[in-house]
Amino acid sequence: MRSVPRAAVSGVSVEGPSSPPSPWLSFPERALTFCLAELRRIRHDRTELYTRAVQPALWLLIFGKTFSHLRSIPTAGLPYLDYLAPGIMAQSALFIAIFYGITIIWERDFGMLTKLLATPTPRSALVTGKAFAAGVRGISQVVIVILLSAILGVTLDYNLLHLLGAVAVILLGSAFFSTLSMAIAGIVLTRERLMGIGQAITMPLFFASNALYPVSLMPRWLQAIGFANPLSYEVDALRGLLLGLPTSLGTDFVALVVAAFAGVTTASLLVGRLAR
Amino acid sequence: MSRPQLRPRAAGSPVPGGVPAVACERLGFSFDSVRAVDRVCFEVQPGEVFGLLGPNGAGKTTTIRILTTLLPPQEGSAHVFGIDVRKHPMAVRAALGYVPQQLSVDAQLSGYENVWLFARLYGIPRRERAARIHDALETVGLADAARRLASTYSGGMVRRLELAQALVNRPRLLVLDEPTIGLDPIARGDVHERILQLVREQTMTVLLTTHYMEEADQLCDRVALMHRGRIRALGSPAELKAALGPGASLEDVFRHHAGHDLEEGGTLREVRTTRRGLGRFG
Ligand SMILES: Nc1ncnc2c1ncn2[C@@H]1O[C@H](COP(=O)(O)OP(=O)(O)O)[C@@H](O)[C@H]1O
Ligand SMILES: [Mg+2]
Repeated sequence: MRSVPRAAVSGVSVEGPSSPPSPWLSFPERALTFCLAELRRIRHDRTELYTRAVQPALWLLIFGKTFSHLRSIPTAGLPYLDYLAPGIMAQSALFIAIFYGITIIWERDFGMLTKLLATPTPRSALVTGKAFAAGVRGISQVVIVILLSAILGVTLDYNLLHLLGAVAVILLGSAFFSTLSMAIAGIVLTRERLMGIGQAITMPLFFASNALYPVSLMPRWLQAIGFANPLSYEVDALRGLLLGLPTSLGTDFVALVVAAFAGVTTASLLVGRLAR
Repeated sequence: MSRPQLRPRAAGSPVPGGVPAVACERLGFSFDSVRAVDRVCFEVQPGEVFGLLGPNGAGKTTTIRILTTLLPPQEGSAHVFGIDVRKHPMAVRAALGYVPQQLSVDAQLSGYENVWLFARLYGIPRRERAARIHDALETVGLADAARRLASTYSGGMVRRLELAQALVNRPRLLVLDEPTIGLDPIARGDVHERILQLVREQTMTVLLTTHYMEEADQLCDRVALMHRGRIRALGSPAELKAALGPGASLEDVFRHHAGHDLEEGGTLREVRTTRRGLGRFG
């Protein structure tokens, strides 16, 4: 923000709002606001936490248990259930993030979004805040899958540093998929269309990743998609952190940071359309 | 409720050398084929309650959206306290408190948290925050209900909470889009009282829109009658009525200036956006 001509502002001397010199200085604080608000919403209504536990439980119990017996998937010597657990962790965070744009359409249908956009909050701070708020919900899935894994006898690495790493991976992955969702929201503008598109792309994103099986098992054209899919990097990083597999953590993090950054940039440009 | 005569100042008389709170210069905005705002000019003086009065679809909300930097002006210019809305949107937003026409509280948060959210977004320093939030809630009479979830509030309480969200910024200009739409008469009177109290006690400037003639009559120092994107008449309610003859109501004034096509305003879109979000609470 450039400075405003002094003479122009000093019209009437009211004890004006003691606003900071530049809204960009407080970018992180404003973005954090949306995450804190999300935590408070979760605290007020925990039902979603419980209902969100059902899907990963089914995937691990039914799909995981069944495929453990088939032993048809090369898992670097791990039991299939162990191999699957990080994939399901990423998948259930993906399901939350990919529909997160609905909250922004909801806020638009009421007047909340216009009110938020009329505060001195840069759009990118709003989008970044919402992106990580989706991650806050996604982290609940980390907890759920870890609990389920403990019950099912999956041996995950409970090293605190690795767990924090997993949280960071989920935050970044959720940031990408939720900004993708917000960008689509900015284009299609209605809840119904966003739901439709979300549903159409979720499963392809999931299957064209290494969540269930290594990318190397896929047909060649699908491998290309698998390599371009941020979900693959998310799962790869989680396997490295939680199972101690020899994965390329550095590449994974770089890919996720780049994806999240691109997502925030794109969604920031499109989200203003919702205020029209 | 009669207009309280407690404010010792010349309503609407320009402060010599002062910068107007709002200045619109031949403002224009079109949505595809709809000319929503057409060459609109008006000024709001500091400390005044100024009303944009007109039927649904007149272009009031679009004008407000330009002034709150949500839409860029397509033609003409708009300044808030001398700051160009196009060039310095962040500075304009910092001076504003805005309550949109539609529901703007988060039902999943408590009253306190709803105001807290805006306190943070307006960049109020941490050490002042709690006191400012409390002040805002106190001003609208919601201090006792602050811990309850907003989803348990009545329609009037929601409107007051929305006001508190805007007030926490201690704005120099308060922008209220249809502040009493959908409220019952008692809640409406209550909102009127609070607006007048703010202007009296906190030297705030208020720009509001309404399609209720009595509301404009009771609340506003000056009104601009708006119809089909254009301002048809501008002045204090008393002046406007007097110009038409003895015993004229503001409604008569409106009919005089807008002609007889008053009723045809109101497409489904307008009905929907006007009513949207009202039935959700209480
Ligand atoms: N987002 C939009 N897209 C298309 N047309 C719009 C939009 N918003 C408003 N309009 C049209 O612009 C005109 C003015 O609307 P508005 O400013 O909302 O009026 P008011 O607030 O006075 O009821 C109306 O004809 C309305 O249908
Ligand atoms: Mg309107």
